[in-house]
Amino acid sequence: MTTLTDPPKQAFRLSQLIYDTRYRSMTIQVIAMIGFLILIGWLISNTAQNLADLGKEPSFRFLGEPAGYDINQRLIDYNNQDTHLRAAFVGLLNTLLVAFLGCITATVLGVIIGVLRLSKNWLVARLMTVYVEMFRNVPVLLWIVFVMAILIESLPAPRAFRGDNPEATMKVFDSVAVTNRGVYVPELLFGVDARDEKGEYLDAPTGWRVGLGDLPIGASADNPACASYYATEGAMAGEPGPGCGTFQISLDLMAVLFVLIAGFYSAHRIKLRADRIQEATGERPTTWYLRLGVVVVPLLIVLYALGAYLAYPELRGFNFRGGTHMRNSLIALWLALSLYTAAFIAEIVRAGIMAISHGQTEAAAALGLRSNRIMSLVILPQALRVIIPPLISNYLNLTKNSSLAIAVGYMDITGTLMGITLNQTGRELETVLLGMLIYLTISLSISAVMNWYNNRVKLVER
Amino acid sequence: MSDLSFVRTEMLPEKEPPASTVGAIGWARENLFSGWFNSILTVVSLTVIYYVLSTLLTWAISPTWSATSLGECRDILAEVGREGHYAGACWGVIRDRWIQLLFGFYPSELYWRPILAFILLGVALAPVLFSDKVTPKLLWFSAVFPFLFPWLLWGGTIWAPLAVIAGFVIGWFVYKAVDASAGSLAGIIAAVVAAVVWWMFLSGYVVNGVPNPDDPNAVGGLNALLPIGIEAVESRNFGGFMLSITIGVVAIACSLPLGIVLALGRQSDLLIVKALCVGFIEFIRGVPLITLLFVASTLLNIFMPPGTNFDIILRVIIMATLFASAYMAEVIRGGLAALPKGQYEGADSLGLNYWQAQRLIIMPQALKISIPGIVSTFIGLFKDTTLVSIIGLLDPLGLSNSIRADAAWNGIVWEIYGFIALMFFVFCFAMSRYSMYLERKLHTGHR
Repeated sequence: MTTLTDPPKQAFRLSQLIYDTRYRSMTIQVIAMIGFLILIGWLISNTAQNLADLGKEPSFRFLGEPAGYDINQRLIDYNNQDTHLRAAFVGLLNTLLVAFLGCITATVLGVIIGVLRLSKNWLVARLMTVYVEMFRNVPVLLWIVFVMAILIESLPAPRAFRGDNPEATMKVFDSVAVTNRGVYVPELLFGVDARDEKGEYLDAPTGWRVGLGDLPIGASADNPACASYYATEGAMAGEPGPGCGTFQISLDLMAVLFVLIAGFYSAHRIKLRADRIQEATGERPTTWYLRLGVVVVPLLIVLYALGAYLAYPELRGFNFRGGTHMRNSLIALWLALSLYTAAFIAEIVRAGIMAISHGQTEAAAALGLRSNRIMSLVILPQALRVIIPPLISNYLNLTKNSSLAIAVGYMDITGTLMGITLNQTGRELETVLLGMLIYLTISLSISAVMNWYNNRVKLVER
Repeated sequence: MSDLSFVRTEMLPEKEPPASTVGAIGWARENLFSGWFNSILTVVSLTVIYYVLSTLLTWAISPTWSATSLGECRDILAEVGREGHYAGACWGVIRDRWIQLLFGFYPSELYWRPILAFILLGVALAPVLFSDKVTPKLLWFSAVFPFLFPWLLWGGTIWAPLAVIAGFVIGWFVYKAVDASAGSLAGIIAAVVAAVVWWMFLSGYVVNGVPNPDDPNAVGGLNALLPIGIEAVESRNFGGFMLSITIGVVAIACSLPLGIVLALGRQSDLLIVKALCVGFIEFIRGVPLITLLFVASTLLNIFMPPGTNFDIILRVIIMATLFASAYMAEVIRGGLAALPKGQYEGADSLGLNYWQAQRLIIMPQALKISIPGIVSTFIGLFKDTTLVSIIGLLDPLGLSNSIRADAAWNGIVWEIYGFIALMFFVFCFAMSRYSMYLERKLHTGHR
C-alpha cells in the first residue's frame, strides 16, 4: 500500500515565476498585459503628440456643426443645413437599407441557384456552376462599378420617354419608370389629402378617410418649420413642415405595421392551435384561409381607412416627379451585392442539402410523408443547421461590403461620415474611429441576432 | 404425346436497346427533358445562352485590335458596316494599355525585375504548394525569398534586406545563448528584444552610417563602403496587377505567422491573452476592409512617432496584413478544433511541453487541414486588393479610371472592365482549383 504525501512545502522562490508551470502562466499573462498597455500608451502618446503638432484637439464638437453638403438618396428628412451627426445618421440608415435589401435578395437568389445547381437537368446545373464561378472569382468592387456602368450606359434617359412616339415606355402598367438616372416606383401615401406646393388640396378630403399625419419628435414651437404643426387652422394645420423636429414618424405607417404584426401573430397562434389539435386528435384542421384572412383583411381595412393611395411617377420637364426615386447608385450596389453574395450563399445551400444523407429522404418517404412535407419537416430543419452559421458570416460580409458604396457615390455611412464629413472637417481620427465603431456595432448586432436564431434552430437537435 | 412443343428451343438474338434510351437522344431525354418542368428549364436556359452568347460574341468579335483611339475604332467598325453604340468592342485599348494594366507606371526598362520576382515567387511557393513533387531543399530559397522579393521590386541598396536578415540571425544566436543558460521563455524574450534593438537602432547606423546633421543625404556605413544595389523605384510608380499581387502575397505571407499566434492565443487557457486575441480578431472581422484602408491612408502616420512618414504601399500592406491575420486566425482555429482530442492528449502523455507539442504534433496537422481555408482567405484578400483604388492607389481598377480619362479612350467602358475581370477570374479560378486539388490530396482518411 502506498501513501500519497504532499510534496514538501517550499518557500516561494522568484525563479518559480519562470520555471514552475503553476506560476508561469501568470507571468506570461502579466507580461502580455504590460506589453499591451505599453503599446496602447505608445500609440496614444504618439497620437496626442502628432495632433498637438497639427494644432488639432480631439473633439466630437464638429458633429453638431452644419454639414453643408447634400445627400441625394435618403430615408429621412435632411438638408445641407443639418448637422454632421444627422448626415451620419442618414448615411447609417442608407447602409442598413442596402444591407437589408441585399440580404433578402441574396438569400432568395442564393437558395434558388443552390437548388438548381443540384438539379438533375444537366444544362441548368452547368449554367448555375458558371454563374457561381463567375461571381465568386471576380472582385465585388468590379461587379459594383460594372453594374453601375450597365445601368448608366444601357438604360434610356428620361427624355426618351417624352413625345407622342417615345423610344421608351414605363413598365408594369405605366407605374415604374426605369431610366439611366434611377428607377421611379409608385409611393404609398396616406390620406386623400394630396396637396400642391401652396398647400391647397388637390383632391377634396372625404371626411373620415384621412391619414393620421406625421408626428415630429423633438418639435418646438420656436422652430418656424413647426409653425404649421402648432397652427389650429389653415390648409397645413397639424402637418409638420420639413425640418420640424429631429425625426418625423409617420403615424400611418406605424398603424399599418402594427396591424401587420398583429396579423402575423394571430396567424401564428392559429397555426399553434392547429398543431395542438393535430397532436391531440391526429386530424389537422384546415386553417390556411383563416391564417391568410387574419393578415390580409385587417390590413386592407386599415389601408382603406387611412386613405392609402399610390403616387405614380410622372414625367415633368426633363425628369420624373412623384413616386419613390431609387438612384442608380442604390440599385447598382443592391444588385451587385446581391448577385455576388448569392453565389456564395448558393454554395452554402448546396453543401447544406448535400450534407443530409439520402437515407433521411427515403426514411421519411417510407413513413408516408409527401415530398413537400419531407422537405419542410425532415430535410430543411437538418440542412438549416449546416446552412445558418456560414449564412450569418455571409450576411456580415454583405453588410461590410456595402461600404464600397463610395465607389459609385451612394451616400452610406462611409460616404457621409468617413467621406465628405472627414474631408470637410479634417477630423480623420474621430470620423474613422466613429465609423469603425458603428460598423462594429452593426456586425455584432447582426451576429447576435443570427446566433440567437441559430440557437433556436439548433434546439431541434436531440 | 405429339411432337407439339410450346417450349422455344433456340435463343432469341439480343436486340438493340430502344433508340430513345441510348446515344445522344437517350442522354438528352434523361438529362435535359426528363419531365415537363425540366423541359421548360432546358428551353429557358437555351434561350438565355443563345441570347447572351449572340450578343456577346457579335460585340466581342471585332476587327479593332490595331486601333489607337476610340474614334478610330468607330471608323473601322463603320467601314465594315457596323454602326451604333454597341456595334463592336474596341480592343485597341487593351493592345495599347495591357502592359500598363499589368505593371502600372513601373519604368519599362526595369520590367525584368517584377517578372523575375514573380517567377522566383513561383519557385519559392513550389515546395510549399506541391510538397510531394518538389524537393524540400528548395524551402531554403522560400525562406530567403521574402527578403529578396521587396528588394527586387523596390530596388535600392542590397544592405537593407541583408540587415533585416541579420536581425533574424542575431535573434537566433541570442536565443541559443540564453536558452542554454536561462531557459526557453527567457531565450525567446531576449531574442525578440535583441532583434528589435538591432532593427530599430543599430541597423540604421551599420547600413547608412552615423547621420550627419549638416547633410541628411550623406551616405555612410556599408552603403559608402560597398555601394551594391539596383536602381530604386518609387512606390507611386507601382500599379496594375503587379501591385495587387504584391499586396496580396506579402499580406498573406505575413498574416500566416500572425494568424497562428492569434489562433493559439484564442485557444489558450491564459485569460488575458485569450481576451486580447478575441478582442483583436472580432474587432478586425467586424469592420470593413475599407475603413482599415482609411486608417492606413489617414491615421497610421498619426499613430506613429512624430516625423515618421512611411510609404503608402507599406501602410496598406500593414493594414491588409492585420485584416488577413484575423481571418487567418479563424481558419487555423478551425483546423485546431478539427484535430481529435487524442492528439493533444497523446502529446501530453509523451511529456512534451506546450511549444514542443504545438511544433511537432498539433501545428503540422492543423495547418494541413486548414490549407484550403488559407487558400480561400488568400483569394478573398487578392480580390479585396481592388479596394486600394478607393484610397488612390493605381491598382487595375484605379488605372481603368485614368485610362478612361485619356482623350483617346474617353468613352471606353466594357473592354477594360472585361479585361480586368478576366485576369482576376483566371487567377482566382486557378487558386480555387488548386485548393480543390489539395482537398482531394489531403483527404487521406476513409475512401
